[in-house]
Amino acid sequence: MPQHTPDPWNDPNAKPLITFRNVTKKFGEFTAIEDLNIDIYQGEFFALLGPSGCGKTTMMRMLAGFETPTSGLIELDGQDISPIPPNKRSVNMMFQSYALFPHLTVYDNIAFGLKRSDMPKDEIDARVQQMLKLVQIERFAKRKPDQISGGQRQRVALARALAKGPKLLLLDEPLSALDKKLRQQTQFELMDIQEKTGTTFVIVTHDQEEAMTVASRVAVMNDGKLQQVDTPERIYEAPNSAYVADFIGEVNIIEGHATGQGETVKITWAEGQQEIIGTPANPIPNGPVHFLIRPEKVAISSEKPTDRINAIQGKVLDIAYLGNLSTYHVELPGGQIIKAQAANSRRRASLAFTWEDTVWLSWSDIAGVVLAR
Amino acid sequence: MNLRRASLIVVPYLWLMALFLVPFLIVFRIALSDTALAIPPYTPTLELSEGWAGLRDMLSQLDFENFSFLASDDLYWKSYLSSVQIALISTFFCLLIGFPLAYGMSNAPEEWQPTLMLLVILPFWTSFLIRVYSLIGLLSQEGMINQFLGWIGVISEPLEILNTNIAVYIGITYTYLPFMILPIYATLIKLDRSLLEAAEDLGCSRTQAFWMITIPLSKAGIIAGCFLVFIPALGEFVIPSLLGGSQTLMIGKVLFEEFFSNRDWPVASAVAVILLLILIIPIVLYQRNEQRQMEANQ
Repeated sequence: MPQHTPDPWNDPNAKPLITFRNVTKKFGEFTAIEDLNIDIYQGEFFALLGPSGCGKTTMMRMLAGFETPTSGLIELDGQDISPIPPNKRSVNMMFQSYALFPHLTVYDNIAFGLKRSDMPKDEIDARVQQMLKLVQIERFAKRKPDQISGGQRQRVALARALAKGPKLLLLDEPLSALDKKLRQQTQFELMDIQEKTGTTFVIVTHDQEEAMTVASRVAVMNDGKLQQVDTPERIYEAPNSAYVADFIGEVNIIEGHATGQGETVKITWAEGQQEIIGTPANPIPNGPVHFLIRPEKVAISSEKPTDRINAIQGKVLDIAYLGNLSTYHVELPGGQIIKAQAANSRRRASLAFTWEDTVWLSWSDIAGVVLAR
Repeated sequence: MNLRRASLIVVPYLWLMALFLVPFLIVFRIALSDTALAIPPYTPTLELSEGWAGLRDMLSQLDFENFSFLASDDLYWKSYLSSVQIALISTFFCLLIGFPLAYGMSNAPEEWQPTLMLLVILPFWTSFLIRVYSLIGLLSQEGMINQFLGWIGVISEPLEILNTNIAVYIGITYTYLPFMILPIYATLIKLDRSLLEAAEDLGCSRTQAFWMITIPLSKAGIIAGCFLVFIPALGEFVIPSLLGGSQTLMIGKVLFEEFFSNRDWPVASAVAVILLLILIIPIVLYQRNEQRQMEANQ
């Protein structure tokens, strides 16, 4: 692995590999990307995450050179890449459809890019063998793409994109055609390969689990704008907006009115209900807020707990049994529904709560996120 | 084996038997006969009343005399050669014009494509003969092309196009162009755009990507189009007789003359049998080659 700090984005002296500066991309009247700024560093595994139509694919196609920004600047290694055509960029792409050449063998597919470069013939062979080995498809080198399975095709596509040793590898929904088991296994292999080669990877995906698993940083996009760029852990635990919190995993969103009390705030959220005590990451002014809390941080019990500062009584409305977890939908007296998750850590134990049971939901003052509305 | 599948296989074979093999055998049998002033104009004929003896009698009188006659008279092999040459050159021009047209069509905006397709097929709505006759009007010395060229001052003397081989090339290329365009278009429209992007991404220029990806992947359409033009062009009769001159030698014309002017059915049949062989042999060779490649891939 090349030497770099584990989190170059926090190092003010680090030089980014890719810089988007005020990039806007319009297709006719439609704005796909709006005034976007981002830095991506050498060695990162960077995920662009968002619903379809959010502009993530457009961003990737601009990096590959298939689209040019309407305005703004994209730099690769400090060099403006807008005038460089795709075949001259040290950027390779793994296509969502894999785009393997059906008339060429696996070997020739991987050698395709190398043959276009000025690499001597014997070196090409060595490099192709190395790639075949990296993705473990040596046995299929002589086959045509339609004679191998989907998972193997995915590996060929990856090997072909990596063969030229690009500075930047783009992956467009690389695992979306695989079934769930194979996808999870391949995610870890992707991370391995990324570490081994030290190449900067930018992955586009709409699958939040995939982005969280593989990426060093995730950019959540919506409507052509970046909502939040951060590590998976911070995206999940410290979302900067209700949109991000809602997009990544499950979350309970409570609207209320905050009043400061030193470190903590008191949130009035429904008439006749006890205020919620929360801790905002940064001091916020008194006023309307969103209180966000993940279901697994809400404890559920039959007796009123004494060790947590927030406790609300409600009635079990629905139970979703997921095997490892159960999600309880609890209706509060005001009609608000809060989801609480409990691990099913014991086998054969019948579920502790059932429909219509009156239960207590509780959490500590730092379990949730408080954001000004 | 279930009956349904058997009948599915049998039906096309019966069809081929009835409409290809049986007529071919009849033609082949006439080719082995001698000409005669009779109805039908050849001997021997099969006397059904004599039963097996009649059949044996007829078979004993058949010979390959007509085929050796074809070999001895240089008119025939010169006509075959000239036909192959004219068909090959016309096929080449069809490909030269047809491929760019098909390529342009497949790259056109999607909403235009049905219209473009219609424009390619549109000539078929007019009778083939009328189209060839109107070519005479265009190509003759007083025709529109000569008048136009004279008017803009490119030529001082009218060009002699009609009644030359050039007119035959123009006629065949014009008539058979749709048969070249359609199969090529059908393969190009299925071509995955991302393959070209992938080729560019891996360092190809647009032109290289075209030669390395588009052309190999449209090979099937190109070959189908070439066969569809070459095969009918080889035996073409109407176009050379209407547009060609006295020096235009094509086997279709020879066949027509043997059959209708000389009323020599046996020689005409022999000419037709040889023509069929000329067509079948390259197709069989090509198919075998394809099959071998497919097997090699597995």
